[in-house]
Amino acid sequence: MLGQGIAKGLLQTARNLVATYVDKDRLPTIEYPEERQKLPEATRQFPFLVHDGDDPSKGLRCVACQICEKECPPKCIYIVKSKDKRVDYKGQTQFYPAVFDIDVSVCMSCQICVEVCPFEAIKMDTAFEFSTPDRFGALLLDKHRLAKSAAHYREIHPADAAESDAVMAAESAKAEAKAKGDAEAKAKAAAAKLAAVPNVSPEAQLPPPNSGSDSPTMPM
Amino acid sequence: MDLILALLAGATVGAAVAAMALRDVVHCVLFLTVSLIGLALLYLKLGAEFVGFVQVLVYVGAVAVLVVFAVLLTRGGDAPTERIANAPWSGALVAAAVFAMLARAILGSPSLGSPSPETPVPTLSVKAIGEGLTGGYVLPLQIVALLLTAAMIGGVVIAMREKEGE
Amino acid sequence: MTSPDQIFVSAKEWLVALFPAALQPMVGALVSIAAIVAVYPAIFALTTVVERKLLARFQNRPGPNRVGIPFTKIRLAGFGQFAADGIKSLTKEDIVPRDADRVVHFAAPIVLVVPALLALSVLPVGRNMAALDLRETGLLFFFAIGASTELSVFMAGWSSRNKYSLLGAMRGIAQMLAYEIPLILSSIPVVMIAGSLSLVSIAERQSAVQWGVFHSWHVFTPWGLAGFLLFLVAACAESNRTPFDLPEAESELVAGYFTEYSGFKFALFFLGEYLGLFAVAGVATTLFLGGWNAPFTFLDWIPSWMWFFGKLGSLVLFSVWLRATLPRLRVDQLMDVAWKYLLPMSLANLVVAGLWHFTAAWPAALRWPLSLALLAAPHLLLGRGFQKRFGPRVYRYAADPRPAPANPAA
Repeated sequence: MLGQGIAKGLLQTARNLVATYVDKDRLPTIEYPEERQKLPEATRQFPFLVHDGDDPSKGLRCVACQICEKECPPKCIYIVKSKDKRVDYKGQTQFYPAVFDIDVSVCMSCQICVEVCPFEAIKMDTAFEFSTPDRFGALLLDKHRLAKSAAHYREIHPADAAESDAVMAAESAKAEAKAKGDAEAKAKAAAAKLAAVPNVSPEAQLPPPNSGSDSPTMPM
Repeated sequence: MDLILALLAGATVGAAVAAMALRDVVHCVLFLTVSLIGLALLYLKLGAEFVGFVQVLVYVGAVAVLVVFAVLLTRGGDAPTERIANAPWSGALVAAAVFAMLARAILGSPSLGSPSPETPVPTLSVKAIGEGLTGGYVLPLQIVALLLTAAMIGGVVIAMREKEGE
Repeated sequence: MTSPDQIFVSAKEWLVALFPAALQPMVGALVSIAAIVAVYPAIFALTTVVERKLLARFQNRPGPNRVGIPFTKIRLAGFGQFAADGIKSLTKEDIVPRDADRVVHFAAPIVLVVPALLALSVLPVGRNMAALDLRETGLLFFFAIGASTELSVFMAGWSSRNKYSLLGAMRGIAQMLAYEIPLILSSIPVVMIAGSLSLVSIAERQSAVQWGVFHSWHVFTPWGLAGFLLFLVAACAESNRTPFDLPEAESELVAGYFTEYSGFKFALFFLGEYLGLFAVAGVATTLFLGGWNAPFTFLDWIPSWMWFFGKLGSLVLFSVWLRATLPRLRVDQLMDVAWKYLLPMSLANLVVAGLWHFTAAWPAALRWPLSLALLAAPHLLLGRGFQKRFGPRVYRYAADPRPAPANPAA
């Protein structure tokens, strides 16, 4: 009969109307600034620089190797390598980034920088609230704004952080073993002849061999 | 002279002149509507409520809208610029003839001869109009209705023939 | 001290008595005008928020709930929204297209709002509360004024020089022209039975008591019920409400005939549309739902004006409910509904009203079934034809998507 469908539809929408006041599941909206959805663990927005320890200016893992700068598809990373070397958080003498800028208005969140970094120094962050009235300055993040602690990384991406920590632990173990071997060889060599070149700068691409054994699990 | 009557009459006549003189058909129709509303207001002023509102309902609500609908269907949105009246003088001649006839009829009306204020204004209720239309005047009403139906069927037939020709 | 029922009437009398006798008719008219100009736009402001909130709830959303008092944390559940919207549309830039016909473009919103306000003046909003009581022609005045809003639609659409505006105007005029006939025809039974065109006396007539406790609303008769439903459908179409919102179909025509309007003129169109909705809801209330009468005699203590505005508000809310439920009709379906369903049905209803009038002496047990049968038969017959046209769609060119392919890979 004509009109039956209309009555049926009206009933259905009325049921919706009433249910939104009674049943919490029928009003699924999360009212954003006050309530927040729990982000899935794989969420990624923009990269950040990991630092160990409490002081971001000292503890940056980045050694300014500039691989990420070269690999970045939209070229949003800008790095100036330091002229001097300094003792980093692990007590190793290293280059450090004098300038490290990421333009997040250009970044496309591809995570390639993270994948190419050999030092576990750049990771993806979950922060997304970058809205600002200043399009240029406020969206160009410098190294002070990019630096976040390893503890933060463990908090936002626990699984990835554990993996990353394992890699670093393995590398430092390997380096330690090598250092031990080196030291033995060196001792032998020193014993053999006293003329040796001390303290050759380690190749830039591997973590320093004689760092502290507890480097991956620094204070939280 | 009654000021309101003068204003209404002036507006009605002015709008009618504008409806004839303007170039854009749509402007003409809109001024025609103003003129029709002016007429309706004149009826209201004379106390003929029913005729006044029927004038608005039929002429403004239906006739003017049908005219603009026809304009929309045939011309679309572009503004036409050519003059619509080809021979304005013939129109003026017809208008003058109609005016003369009406004036003669009104001047010859017997009620005009004795303008005594005592004679009560005849009030005609809507009920009386309805009873007249369905009683004494039912045959003319039906004939008019038949004529309009015939005109409508004619319109449909013409429209259908055009469609077949395509 | 007067009863709350007559509080506004006596307030107006008191106010008018303050002025010298020569000015009193003028002051009385001005007070009534001020009341109309204040009350209905206030209801409009409230309706915009309530409609948005309700529509949201119908769609399982919370709806606007933020805007409250500025610079405070007070939110008022979002009821500050209309003030924000009003300020926004007042301060927005008013853009007129370069090629537009400026005078007509300017006049169109005025031609819409003024008749809508005029039409509201004949509604009896309570006992002794009608701004304008046209004893002879009340309803005719309403329809005459309502008809002239079509011209505004045309003026807006044509003067904008925009194809969407023009299409919207064509649809709007065709729709209003088509639905005006069932609108008028479905209200004629009331005039036939009441024997008057005056809305005031039609409302008064329905305060007669029936079966002890009921006020004899017209909707409680077969012809009244059918007439009310037909009137509702036609009124929805006249006020361009969904499912009849083809003239301003957002998904097809941007905003229809007021595409090229911005700022305050756009707000005026918005206001005009809602005032038109209130006007038809008010007339439906007066004609069928007993006007300012309570449904039962024991509820008579509630003031009459509350009943009127309550019923008007319920009808407006019902139109929101319809809007949340029904999808938009196609143009051909729209014309089918008007000419092939509403028109024959309202003619059948006229016959039933005549029957009701001449069988007043018959017992109700005979009168009711006969009238209902006379209405149900054409409804069923016409409805059958409709179900063929409105039924499941036959896809001529595309593959029929309904039976889901068992193996999409194959």
